[in-house]
Amino acid sequence: MTYEITSPPPDLTVTVQGRLDTLTSPKLESELEPSIAQAKNLVLDVTGVDYLSSAGLRLLLTLQKRFKREGGSFKLRGIQPGVMEILRMTGFLKILSVE
Amino acid sequence: MNVAVTLQFSAETKNLPNVLEQLDTQLLAAGCPEDARMQLAVAVEEIFVNIANYAYEGKLGSATINIKADAHKATVSFADSGFPYDPLKKEDPNIEQAAEDRPIGGLGIFLVKEMCDEVHYERRGDMNLLTIVKKY
Repeated sequence: MTYEITSPPPDLTVTVQGRLDTLTSPKLESELEPSIAQAKNLVLDVTGVDYLSSAGLRLLLTLQKRFKREGGSFKLRGIQPGVMEILRMTGFLKILSVE
Repeated sequence: MNVAVTLQFSAETKNLPNVLEQLDTQLLAAGCPEDARMQLAVAVEEIFVNIANYAYEGKLGSATINIKADAHKATVSFADSGFPYDPLKKEDPNIEQAAEDRPIGGLGIFLVKEMCDEVHYERRGDMNLLTIVKKY
């Protein structure tokens, strides 16, 4: 998993490549924390993400709750079909904003 | 082609990339399509990580993974000698809840059940045996 901050806070955009799994999701969350702490809104561009497990879902739900609680927005952009299916199965398409 | 292998791993999450790489190698050789390979990998991740995190309660143990696959179906069995635990008894999460009401976590085994055609648990002697079957 690699990522790049393509737009800085307060309107933070992060472009992620690779897998969001048990090992990579906590790493992404902790490394993004300083930027997220300054962000009003977040777009996670997952065009390059081809794998999502429950650890990735945990990260997405954590971000959704956090931005909603603080009056900002969290959006996912560029969801690939395999990832979309997992979001659908778990009801996440109903609770996340998808571009 | 038909593949059948038995692999043994130390039950530690750091071994996850190795587990998934070996799984993918076998599924590719069997002719399993890409979408099913991804779903099987997620299912195997959830089960392996559960064993690594909970089966041995902080002590080091092992997980044996048997993979059988052909061009139409894959069967993956997991054996560990940890504490007796049937993950299928865990209640499914309510996926209709609003984001603010949804608990963080608890989706791993639910995903396994959603993505596989069959999931079986059996306690045999001092072993937990969990088997998943996916058709494609």
